[in-house]
Amino acid sequence: MLRVDIEKQLGEFTLAATFSSEGRVIGLFGASGAGKSSLVNMIAGLLRPDRGTIVIDGETVDDTAAGIHVPAWRRRIGYVFQDARLFPHLNVAQNLDYGRRMNGLPSDPAQHKRIIDLLDIGALQGRRPGKLSGGERQRVALGRALLSKPRLLLLDEPLGALDEGRKLEILPYLVRLRDEANVPMVYVSHDVAELRQLATQIVMLKEGRVTSFGGVKVLT
Amino acid sequence: MFEISPAEWTAILLSLRVAVVATLVATPFGIALAWLLARHDFWGKSFLDAVVHLPLVLPPVVTGYLLLLTFGRKGLIGGFLADTLGIVFAFRWTGAALACGLMSFPLLVRPMRLSIEAIDRKLEQAAETLGAAPWKVFFTVTLPLALPGVLAGMVLGFAKAIGEFGATITFVSNIPGETQTISSAIYSLIQTPDGDAAAGRLVIVSIILALGALIAAEWFARRATARLHGN
Repeated sequence: MLRVDIEKQLGEFTLAATFSSEGRVIGLFGASGAGKSSLVNMIAGLLRPDRGTIVIDGETVDDTAAGIHVPAWRRRIGYVFQDARLFPHLNVAQNLDYGRRMNGLPSDPAQHKRIIDLLDIGALQGRRPGKLSGGERQRVALGRALLSKPRLLLLDEPLGALDEGRKLEILPYLVRLRDEANVPMVYVSHDVAELRQLATQIVMLKEGRVTSFGGVKVLT
Repeated sequence: MFEISPAEWTAILLSLRVAVVATLVATPFGIALAWLLARHDFWGKSFLDAVVHLPLVLPPVVTGYLLLLTFGRKGLIGGFLADTLGIVFAFRWTGAALACGLMSFPLLVRPMRLSIEAIDRKLEQAAETLGAAPWKVFFTVTLPLALPGVLAGMVLGFAKAIGEFGATITFVSNIPGETQTISSAIYSLIQTPDGDAAAGRLVIVSIILALGALIAAEWFARRATARLHGN
């Protein structure tokens, strides 16, 4: 599903990560500053590796030796950021529809309804992002990413900006996504409890290097 | 007292036409340049930035004279345009529009650039991850969010264009009905015996137009802020 073998120099910091996974939810675990976000940005195509390869679902999206770099907009990935990043000039319905429009996909009412029900965001459709709570915003961001029909969903600390109560509000939705949405995910977090609930495989990152890789047991 | 004569109307309407055309033609160039300066680093960027601001600090008569040299009938570009496309600038209202567009360009570009710079790049990245090609990102995210700034720039540019004097009179002279704008009409009137009343009326008209434009620009700027916060 996902194969990563890259190196990237970011100022003083060297990121050198190698792993390969077929897992449904790859948990990318590490302290802040371990290089998690940079690694996810590279998988997304927002950051270019200095050396190495990234393969998503059999397609080589980065191969520095062969001069391959597929831009983010052609990777068919979904990306949920810590800070939601909803488009402030569009309402919720327009935000949700954005990926479908940009990819020129035909409308798929059944899928649309399923995801909106799954995330409980039907009642928010006419609102502007400025009028949503943090938890609602994050649910809409999840819906927006999923509705672009990605082959891989990247989640960069999607609960990081929320307080405990809101986290508990969103976690069940993420569990449902994992079990029902049928999209493989890379889930970035520094929270062991979160990853225990969600991940099926763990990549542990420390100071820019993969220190362990395996089942959720490596977290103990 | 406030009876505007047909001759004064001619000058007012010509000024409006010149300023509207100048603003509309300058806007796409202004947006492109604002985006280039706000979102890209390239060799010669500060030089380009300086050139854009040049009309603001150069004596207007110099700009007008340079226009005459390049866009006059015998000028390098003016001669070519007149011979091939039949477009003549010298001593025509189109020349006044060119002079006004150039002189107001720095004011038009500035709010556009600031509003593009104020847009969080992360939103553009989010659009990219959702499958939007760079030009789609520009038209669906960058431009809509910058729109109030774009309009503010257009309003400011328009206000400046309507008041332009030095470059216009140097380039296209002061021909009633063809190139005599409000400013050059006032200039003629105050040199004419008994022209004071007419000049006074045109002065009031210019103040109203300028104030209206500034208030409109301010309103658009406030809308921009609200839009960026998603309210």
